[in-house]
Amino acid sequence: MTILTNMLFSFLAAASFGIMFNVPKKLLVKCGTVGMAGWMVYYFLSENSVDPLASTVAASFTIAVIGHVYARLYKTPVIIFTIAGIIPLVPGGIAYRAMRAFVQNDYDNAMSLAAKAFMISGSIALGLILSDVFYQLLLRKKVPIGK
Amino acid sequence: MDVELEDHYDIMDVSLIAGKIMLENGAETYRVEDTMIRIALAYGIRESHSFVTPTGIMFSVETDEPTKTKLIRISNRTTDLYKVSAVNAISRRISAGELTTVQAYHELKAIQKAPMFFSFWIQILAAASTSGSFVILLKGSFDNVLPAMIAGGLAYFIVLKVADIVPTMFFSEFIAALVSGAASYFFYRIGFGGDLDRIIIGALIPLVPGLLITNAVRDLMAGHFISGLAKGAEALLTALAIGTGIAVIMTLI
Repeated sequence: MTILTNMLFSFLAAASFGIMFNVPKKLLVKCGTVGMAGWMVYYFLSENSVDPLASTVAASFTIAVIGHVYARLYKTPVIIFTIAGIIPLVPGGIAYRAMRAFVQNDYDNAMSLAAKAFMISGSIALGLILSDVFYQLLLRKKVPIGK
Repeated sequence: MDVELEDHYDIMDVSLIAGKIMLENGAETYRVEDTMIRIALAYGIRESHSFVTPTGIMFSVETDEPTKTKLIRISNRTTDLYKVSAVNAISRRISAGELTTVQAYHELKAIQKAPMFFSFWIQILAAASTSGSFVILLKGSFDNVLPAMIAGGLAYFIVLKVADIVPTMFFSEFIAALVSGAASYFFYRIGFGGDLDRIIIGALIPLVPGLLITNAVRDLMAGHFISGLAKGAEALLTALAIGTGIAVIMTLI
């Protein structure tokens, strides 16, 4: 049941973000599935007590790989899928707690939480980068400009 | 000779307008440069250079005649991924030789004028739905979903409206975080939703600069340091504006 609600709401979160960015209508469902896939990877890993940083890298890697496949299938820029997809992974909760600790003059906690939020953002970026590299090495024969 | 000269300017215009639409609507720098060069190539200009920053495009073509260069200024940027993918599709058709310069120019102009596909209120509703979903993803209970949705929709409404009235950057995000934080606290106080933290986090999610973060990383990795750093700074300042807005509310609580 929790798995199902997580799937449903990660799908909703990603697809709604697609609407806010005016993603073409026929691609909205795909945006949602990309977000759902990424979140489920994160969810399963972190529920099985894998480090949140590693889970985030794995999740954003998954998002970008599926995004690249979709981009190729539907001949659209890959950012359409990755932007919506990474939204569920954004460390909003940690950033918020960091902010609250700052306001309460609890700088020790604030700094460690802020560092954590920063590291998770970095992990999202790292996952995207890894998949770009992976894609260029394995899947794509780059068509040189001026061929 | 003169006809050919005019042709070259036409090709530059098509490339530039394609680049302008893409950049104004949230494409990565790499994609803008690539598209412009490919369009020029499809029309027979073998060597062209484009230099794209978040605030302007420089484009020059090398032919038998002296080098021609044009500059275009980008002043306001929004996010409309439909336009990005539409220009991408046109550039593919140009590369396949399906469009003349005049046809391409008119099609691009039509894309530039196209209104947002989803109406304003549907976007607000989408923001609300993102906020509500986040409460559940953060392991919150269902009774907090509705207040988070209202506060999140309100936040996005304010961000769009204030950005229209006050052109100062980051101000709209600050005000939106402030108001939606206040609304969340109000809901919490009247007993409409019992988990203030998750309501506020959910409500702020529509403001997250997700596009900027993604594009900043992609630009940096592609070696576009000016754009990457500029977008990274913009994302950081946006996050800071949201944080400041919510911090004001927290000090008052």
